[in-house]
Amino acid sequence: MSAPRTLLDKIWDDHVVCEPSGELPLLYIDRHLVHEVTSPQAFEGLRLAGRRVRRPEATFATPDHNVPTSDRRLPIADPVSKQQIDTLRANCREFGVRLFDLGDADQGIVHVIGPELGITQPGMTVVCGDSHTATHGALGALAFGIGTSEVEHVLATQTLRQAKPRSLEVRVNGRLLPGVTAKDLVLHIIGRLSTEGGSGFVIEYTGEGIRGLGMAERMTVCNMSIEAGARAGMIAPDVTTFDYIRGRDFAPRDFDRAVAAWEKLPSDPNATYDRVEIFAADAVVPQVTWGTNPAQVVGVDARVPDPDAFADPNERSSAARALDYMGLAGGTPIAEIAIDRVFIGSCTNSRIEDLRAAARVVQGHRVAGTVRAMVVPGSGRVKRQAEEEGLDRVFREAGFDWREAGCSMCLGMNPDTLAPGERCASTSNRNFEGRQGKGGRTHLVSPAMAAAAAVRGHFVDIRDWDYR
Amino acid sequence: MEPFTTHQGTVAALDRANVDTDQIIPKQFLKRIERTGFGQFLFFDWRFLPDGSADPGFELNRPEAAGATILLARRNFGCGSSREHAPWALADYGFRAVIAPTFADIFFNNCFQNGMVPVKLAEADVDELFRRAAAAAAAGTQYRMRVDLRECTVSDDAGFSQSFSVDPFRRQCLLEGLDDIALSLRHADAISAWEAAHGLPPVGA
Ligand code: SF4
Repeated sequence: MSAPRTLLDKIWDDHVVCEPSGELPLLYIDRHLVHEVTSPQAFEGLRLAGRRVRRPEATFATPDHNVPTSDRRLPIADPVSKQQIDTLRANCREFGVRLFDLGDADQGIVHVIGPELGITQPGMTVVCGDSHTATHGALGALAFGIGTSEVEHVLATQTLRQAKPRSLEVRVNGRLLPGVTAKDLVLHIIGRLSTEGGSGFVIEYTGEGIRGLGMAERMTVCNMSIEAGARAGMIAPDVTTFDYIRGRDFAPRDFDRAVAAWEKLPSDPNATYDRVEIFAADAVVPQVTWGTNPAQVVGVDARVPDPDAFADPNERSSAARALDYMGLAGGTPIAEIAIDRVFIGSCTNSRIEDLRAAARVVQGHRVAGTVRAMVVPGSGRVKRQAEEEGLDRVFREAGFDWREAGCSMCLGMNPDTLAPGERCASTSNRNFEGRQGKGGRTHLVSPAMAAAAAVRGHFVDIRDWDYR
Repeated sequence: MEPFTTHQGTVAALDRANVDTDQIIPKQFLKRIERTGFGQFLFFDWRFLPDGSADPGFELNRPEAAGATILLARRNFGCGSSREHAPWALADYGFRAVIAPTFADIFFNNCFQNGMVPVKLAEADVDELFRRAAAAAAAGTQYRMRVDLRECTVSDDAGFSQSFSVDPFRRQCLLEGLDDIALSLRHADAISAWEAAHGLPPVGA
């Protein structure tokens, strides 16, 4: 009998093309996702070397980072953004890559449309020139972000040079309490692991607290693995996964046969991980970041920490610098922090389930007079679905902007940005300095917490919310 | 790719942990479709004041960091996004090596594709290098170091010498400035065999 293997081991073993001596192994890549920001130099490299895309049918592209989220009938105002999107279009045409273009009903954030269209599936290796590729691990795939030179390498060879990463089991015992979401869980995990705690590891999330999550929630968790330094996060496929994929555009035709193969993927009972970290789901409360990295996070019922409270000198100086940038004093109760903007969107939290959760909070309330709030669906499909359910009306009537799909103010490469000093409750994944606009101050929260903050004008504990 | 064998140069000391790629090259500069010309935007929001002049307080703008080609940094350097624009900007600015206790994975890999060596040293060694750099600055001089990829050592003229480890394949590619796509394409038969074994139609058929 062969030794028990983890989900990572199984996908890895199945995809090693060769391990020539003195070289790093070549790993076969099943799905390559492409967006406009990290691909132009890779296609240009192919052109200069006279190379072709090895498997155009395994390569899928969409513009998302730069796209305007306002009226799509207008031309793109920023000429450089326009050039990048035009370049993607031209490259896809020249190299035969399937493009979900602006104006296409299925355009959207690459990490939203990949699973939504059934392009990414259990047991696959998935890469994209984007660190949040980890999202696709929620389907039981090995999915990770790569640099542009590696994008070129995958385009040309359909493989990647990779050393096998180590495995980290993050086991979540018990169930999340009411009002506490997958976003809170992953922020809590990152807070404990630190921004580099997962470095060199692929995280497999296991346990009752993970099994009980729906696909959108699992994607939220895997999405933020990179914020703990891990290249990838993954969750073993199960009935929830299969039900999610069944019937999607690119789902396998012989679905039962595919499921039979996918059922063999979960880690064997006695498989061992290089490291194990255990969390209790019922210890998690709604989270709010106070600093400039996602590990600088506390519960909504806590206070902004005092930098002097950190024993580690690096952490102390990071905290002091972060508070200075954020314009916050140590000791301030989180619930007393007033906000100016609210952003509900990004590949972390822009799926239909996220919008439903936010709309439930907003229903029957109005956005505070001091706040500007926007909702940016993750894809054209999410937007249509939300409109069918009347969620757009709930948001609009409350005073939210209702936008077209894209990355938007997650990183503000398009016109959606914070002004210097503006404070934002955001459902995205990074609160780095300047991420949402130079001088902008980002607090990461769940969709429900963001919606409640929009209504009250400051953070509130969603567990006390007055649902109408 | 430009090969890297040994390099001697002056050090810029950036005493901050968790420097993320959004700081190394802010998103407003990711719209170019070339690989070159990013150096002018390196650490843009830290380097320049709102009026566009250089911020004299920022580490890279200090006199002792002028012309620096080796960047000394703290833990988790290069965390965040996968943007290769970060190493492009560092390389274009003139850096050939970054020394830190730890690096984020994707940034670390991206360095090798761009003729730049990421050197991982123990935290205590990095502390010592920061002390030496600060002492040189206090004395009004520049701190010089040498990075030798053939021997896998970093050293200065005042007795510091430490070895570092690097994946042998990545090292070889850097030493020889190899095109790693060409290297991988030498295994095209193995790739085709993998595809056939997994029931994929032959490429180009
Ligand atoms: S939504 Fe944000 S994190 Fe996600 S792919 Fe777009 S820019 Fe990156």
